[in-house]
Amino acid sequence: MTTEYLLLSVAMAVAAGLVGCFAVMRRMALAADALSHVALPGIGIALALHINPVFGAAAMLFFGALLVWAVEGKTRVGTETVIGVLFSIALAVGSMTTSGEDLIEALFGGTKTLSWTEILFGVAAACAVVAFTVTQRNKLVVMLVSPDVARTAGIDVRRLNLLYLETFALTIALGLRYLGVLLMGALIIIPAATAKRLAKNLTGMLTAAVVTATIATVTGAWLAQWLHRETGPLIVTVAAVCFLLSFLIR
Amino acid sequence: MLAPGNILEVDRLSVHFDKVEVLKDLSFTVAKGTTLAVIGPNGAGKTVLFQALIGSGPSEGTIRWAPDARIGYVPQKLDIERDVPITGLDFLRAHANLKRSSEGEITRVIELAGISAEVIRSPFGTLSGGQLQRLLVAFALMGDPSVLMLDEPTAGVDEPGQKLLNELVRRLQQERGLTVLSISHELSVVFEYATNVLCLGRGTACFGVPRKVLTPELLSEVYGTHVDYHVHDH
Repeated sequence: MTTEYLLLSVAMAVAAGLVGCFAVMRRMALAADALSHVALPGIGIALALHINPVFGAAAMLFFGALLVWAVEGKTRVGTETVIGVLFSIALAVGSMTTSGEDLIEALFGGTKTLSWTEILFGVAAACAVVAFTVTQRNKLVVMLVSPDVARTAGIDVRRLNLLYLETFALTIALGLRYLGVLLMGALIIIPAATAKRLAKNLTGMLTAAVVTATIATVTGAWLAQWLHRETGPLIVTVAAVCFLLSFLIR
Repeated sequence: MLAPGNILEVDRLSVHFDKVEVLKDLSFTVAKGTTLAVIGPNGAGKTVLFQALIGSGPSEGTIRWAPDARIGYVPQKLDIERDVPITGLDFLRAHANLKRSSEGEITRVIELAGISAEVIRSPFGTLSGGQLQRLLVAFALMGDPSVLMLDEPTAGVDEPGQKLLNELVRRLQQERGLTVLSISHELSVVFEYATNVLCLGRGTACFGVPRKVLTPELLSEVYGTHVDYHVHDH
């Protein structure tokens, strides 16, 4: 594995681990998976227009998160329901606009070499995600416990919710070319779910999620090279093994 | 402008959810340092009223807080799952960091609320009802609030725990001159501690001194059934 790939993998894992902790604690585990599919139509449209599919996916995820936030605020329907409906529409439109090999690559990640633009975008986006989670950690914790308490503590709950959803969407966009939409959702959720089982406090959970995601990403990528298999499925398999091991530890 | 001595004035407050009217034309005032008890049957809109007062959710009418009012809010229930590894200390530290307060502020509020160091290091899911309520009171006390809003603070707490919580709030009010707004189902506590009572329910709303407005007839009308209660005479 080259240095730039290793850098991108670790940056992506750290971002996924941190964002995943709040997704798991907010009961967004299934929603996380579903939201990732919103990227599909973006990939299809970008391919048709000969634009880098990562940017098409990122744009669609941005609007998807915005839509989820707006509908949630207007109708008082739960986030999971809104994302569930959005996911079905996205999958339908995505499968119409993307076809064959492109669709498989979008879902499970590809073998194509990443361009420098993609690597730089990935590292920059990962830094933005980490910065958001670290600086907004206190607000996210209070909002998680009670949005009403958060309001009286001076937190703009609606705005913070939007920022979190957009950060989440950005994290998915981060791993699209590497892991694909299906597997990036898993890299966000599985390490955080493992950490939730093992940790005794918030710092412990954030640390354990980052460590698990990094171990899964680096080990998975190394195994992929060694076994000559696709990277994405091996990364998620290693993460799943860590999750299963957490049952033996605690 | 608020009338002198008032910390809150509410005028013709209404709240609708879709086409369901939960609160209609509610008007009342709260003077600084007093206790307002809010009573009524389940579904009368007591929590909705509190949420309107803190600006959570849409409402019509006028809500005026004094400019120096700092609200500490203790909700009836939490949105957090019981198995997340967030401890009381994580929660209090998050608030202290947001308020740019020191670790000393955490020590101060846990002492005020009477929580042990062991309790705040435990995850939320392992706390008893009474411990959780005290933790929420400690959170609400951070930043030196002038108003404490308590939504059924003793729900799910055993009887000795209820007594301790009521005494804690009473003590804090006396020591710090706090204004207390409390939703309660315990009429004997309302008679004992409340300066004024606001009752909601079954198309009826009343506001005034408990011993004057809470007649057996009015309580039957508000709750839709006969209500037993005991008034302590000191």
